[in-house]
Amino acid sequence: MRRLVVLLSLFLSMLVSAEETKLSAELEQRVKSMAHQLRCLVCQNQTIADSNADLAIDLRTKIREQIMAGKTDQQIKDYMVARYGDFVLYRPPVQSNTVLLWLAPFLLLIGGLGFLFRQMAKRRALVVTQNLSSDELEQADALLQHPTHNNTSHTKS
Amino acid sequence: MGKFLIPLGIFVVLAIFLGRGLSLDPREVPSPLIGKPAPAFSLSQLDKPAQMIGTEQLRGQVWILNVWASWCVACRDEHPVLVEFSKTGVAPIYGLNYKDKREPAMNWLQQLGNPYTASIFDESGRVGIDFGVYGVPETFVIDKLGVIRYKKTGPVTQETIQSIILPLVKKLQG
Repeated sequence: MRRLVVLLSLFLSMLVSAEETKLSAELEQRVKSMAHQLRCLVCQNQTIADSNADLAIDLRTKIREQIMAGKTDQQIKDYMVARYGDFVLYRPPVQSNTVLLWLAPFLLLIGGLGFLFRQMAKRRALVVTQNLSSDELEQADALLQHPTHNNTSHTKS
Repeated sequence: MGKFLIPLGIFVVLAIFLGRGLSLDPREVPSPLIGKPAPAFSLSQLDKPAQMIGTEQLRGQVWILNVWASWCVACRDEHPVLVEFSKTGVAPIYGLNYKDKREPAMNWLQQLGNPYTASIFDESGRVGIDFGVYGVPETFVIDKLGVIRYKKTGPVTQETIQSIILPLVKKLQG
């Protein structure tokens, strides 16, 4: 009987700890995904997930605490933005001072395409308008029919 | 003729952008805290662990918060400027001793002079996070109502004091 109780409690405790590790794995996953969205201000081209700067470690701890306190991802981001500004977000929000940043690639693309089409139209116009005179046509025919007369010297071995 | 102007035009535009880039400091991130109330804190004093300093006590005066640490090299550069400023007695400077240990921090002040009315001991760096600290030293000017009016990331120079901090403090006190 005693043995059974011990076994049973052992089994139960294993269940509990399995549940705990599953929870903490989920927690870590969320911490990681949040950390990947936030910039480390000490080493500005890294996220706080990639950086091992002191501040990045502190901020990861902060994220973990906030998740455990039941905060949503948005609340955590707001918390960071309130302290470090929009710059802390790796993906800048679309707002009045970032409109140019977001639109510039498309504007450049449109500009580039416009330039390309204009150049192509110009070329096409050139081809159409370059009509040959009758003399030139004859000359061209002659060249095409007897190609060997003129430019074969370089093929001789 | 026009054709030759195009590369020249591109060059000029690039030169302007790159030149502007050279004169900007990417570490200067505008703080969202300017114009907002300074975060509330209550921490123990560096040299008197039993004595707490809180935001409430500091209200009603214009004061300067300087984030420093004994491990921070740039703080060493900045320190004489602060000592000089503290002698004028224009506004009290409170230190936020950031992620430091009591002993080296107190030694540091003993060796280099203590410009601070008091230093707040933030061992964990939590208050630092609330103030959005990311590059020690940092300096804040806080008005009578406890609102942050100015923030400088990196060492304060004599020039910063003369051209920005002094006029601002005078204005806020007036």
